[in-house]
Amino acid sequence: MGRKLLFDKAHIEGIRYYDVYRANGGYGSAEKALKSMKPEEVLEEVKKSGLRGRGGAGFPTGMKWSFIAKPEGVPRYLVCNADESEPGTFKDRYLMEFIPHLLIEGLLISSYTLGCNSCYIYIRGEYAWIPEILEQAIAEAKKNGWLGKNIQGTGFDLEIYVQRGAGAYICGEETALIESLEGKRGNPRIKPPFPAVKGLWDCPTVVNNVETLAAVVPILRIGGDEYAKYGIGKSTGTKLISACGNINKPGVYEIEMNISVEEFIYSDEYCGGIANGKRLKACIPGGSSVPILPANLLLKTAKGEQRMMTYEGLADGGFATGTMLGSGGFIVLDEDQCIVKNTLTFARFYHHESCGQCSPCREGTGWMKRVLQNIENGKGKMSDIDLLWDIQRKIEGNTICPLGDAAAWPVAAAIRHFRDEFEWHVLHPEEATKRNFGLAHYADPLEIAAPAAV
Amino acid sequence: MFSEEKLNKVKEIIARYPAGKQKSALIPLLHLAQEEFGGWLSAETMDYVASLLQIKPIEVYEVATFYSMFNLKPVGKYVFEVCQTGPCMLRGSDNIIDYIKKKLDIGVGETTNDGLFTLKTVECLGACGYAPMMQLGKHFREHLTPEKVDAIIEECRVKAN
Ligand SMILES: Cc1cc2nc3c(=O)[nH]c(=O)nc-3n(C[C@H](O)[C@H](O)[C@H](O)COP(=O)(O)O)c2cc1C
Ligand code: SF4
Ligand code: FES
Repeated sequence: MGRKLLFDKAHIEGIRYYDVYRANGGYGSAEKALKSMKPEEVLEEVKKSGLRGRGGAGFPTGMKWSFIAKPEGVPRYLVCNADESEPGTFKDRYLMEFIPHLLIEGLLISSYTLGCNSCYIYIRGEYAWIPEILEQAIAEAKKNGWLGKNIQGTGFDLEIYVQRGAGAYICGEETALIESLEGKRGNPRIKPPFPAVKGLWDCPTVVNNVETLAAVVPILRIGGDEYAKYGIGKSTGTKLISACGNINKPGVYEIEMNISVEEFIYSDEYCGGIANGKRLKACIPGGSSVPILPANLLLKTAKGEQRMMTYEGLADGGFATGTMLGSGGFIVLDEDQCIVKNTLTFARFYHHESCGQCSPCREGTGWMKRVLQNIENGKGKMSDIDLLWDIQRKIEGNTICPLGDAAAWPVAAAIRHFRDEFEWHVLHPEEATKRNFGLAHYADPLEIAAPAAV
Repeated sequence: MFSEEKLNKVKEIIARYPAGKQKSALIPLLHLAQEEFGGWLSAETMDYVASLLQIKPIEVYEVATFYSMFNLKPVGKYVFEVCQTGPCMLRGSDNIIDYIKKKLDIGVGETTNDGLFTLKTVECLGACGYAPMMQLGKHFREHLTPEKVDAIIEECRVKAN
């Protein structure tokens, strides 16, 4: 069994409630931080832990916290990003539903470190039943002196509020989230200024993912140095992976970042292999926006090494032969799945979710969707494949926020690795509406599938 | 108009933000209004919310039109919002959508003649591991099969009577 830091107590009956959480050592980290450490000392532990943002970008959390501006007399805010809308990702939901106090404790320690007295949890609107769970946990924590005024007699004050979104993926982007929290449309802001200087209501603000903030609790419990011993290299600690698609055991798993992709997919501890005795065709390991990889490149890097479930392992080979850990939304496709169709659903998603501020994103996402629709429906031309490539190139890097890139990457990777499948759709329009291209050579040994990479 | 109880809730929500930042309460208030006033936001409802927050009606329209959870037209009593994004598609969401269409004899975006059911397709709701799935009111219905859909429709019909 892999070591756990977040879910180590998830199996305990009633852990959702304060009494059980507390009886099992809960709020021990907060007690330690608030009563025996200065904020700078807590920050030092987080830095030492090597914790990287779990929302997708993987930016070092300690460093991010050290950027927060501290002008005299201006409040600072901590915002917890619980928008969780990247297709394939459903881990934060699990944490909030089943161990809400772990998040509350993490928010408390983090707010103390940053010097924030108000904290907002921005949760996607569709998770409509979770705010009540969080609010109940907040009320319990308050009743027991962990929130409110003069927490545990330390003189530190904190209020936590839950704010629901209303259906907009873009509000997961931190500046769009801040706009939304201010009661506006979720249009991302141009950076700089960064939220650390000018965020919520123009005050210094830190935005972190749910899992990132929860991870602060075990870091304080075991110490930053000890946390850094989990995982490999710069991928320290554990990571929640939401596994879905054609596997035997979809669900949320906590992994130590030292296992291979192969172990994650095939071992009974995690995904339990491909469903219905089928074979693995492809996988999108970090949420819909990261590049899709064919089975052969997924399990082994272009160098022929075992691919590991770490930030560096998944990124090995760059976009030519690698992908990204992203948010940990692990989407598995079996041999019966159609890459064109899957890519089309993502293109449709990004088109639907574009806020419309930048023309390359607004127009380009819709254009890609239409071209993919044509190919999928047997009305595509060979030149459409190059056209798609061209459109995604024109979006990438030319937009205000990274949603443009997020829309471009899946299309680029699908063409890069599965071009023959797109061509087959064009050449066999009749057949393509009836059956799928299948596994082809995507699971063959590497030298055949990826000559360019060697 | 909100009841006394809801007006207290409105006050409580506004108190979450610093003085003068009551506009932040807009999205929570629109959720509250949509729940209270028949599942959608009419122009009158939006104007009312604007007056509660002392902001211009246009500021409310701007926001209400941006977010997909706000309905700007009346909808059926039960709205089936079936996810159709990749992970759900991989596990058969297309079949579920087709099944509901046939069973209720409506297309996507339409409402049954009795006003009971509306079918919508939506993008990833964060339940990909429990696919296929749909949102029904406040909750998710996961691991959908035709049999489960039948049971859900029946459940709604019973509740409506
Ligand atoms: C289009 C878009 C959507 C995003 N959605 C989310 C999200 O749902 N949850 C999240 O934590 N971060 C999301 N992010 C990343 C945030 O902008 C931000 O980097 C993150 O919340 C920082 O937290 P972390 O450092 O703890 O990861 C998104 C970014 C983009 C560009
Ligand atoms: S890239 Fe797309 S989502 Fe981001 S700001 Fe531009 S239009 Fe909006
Ligand atoms: S793809 Fe349907 S819930 Fe995520």
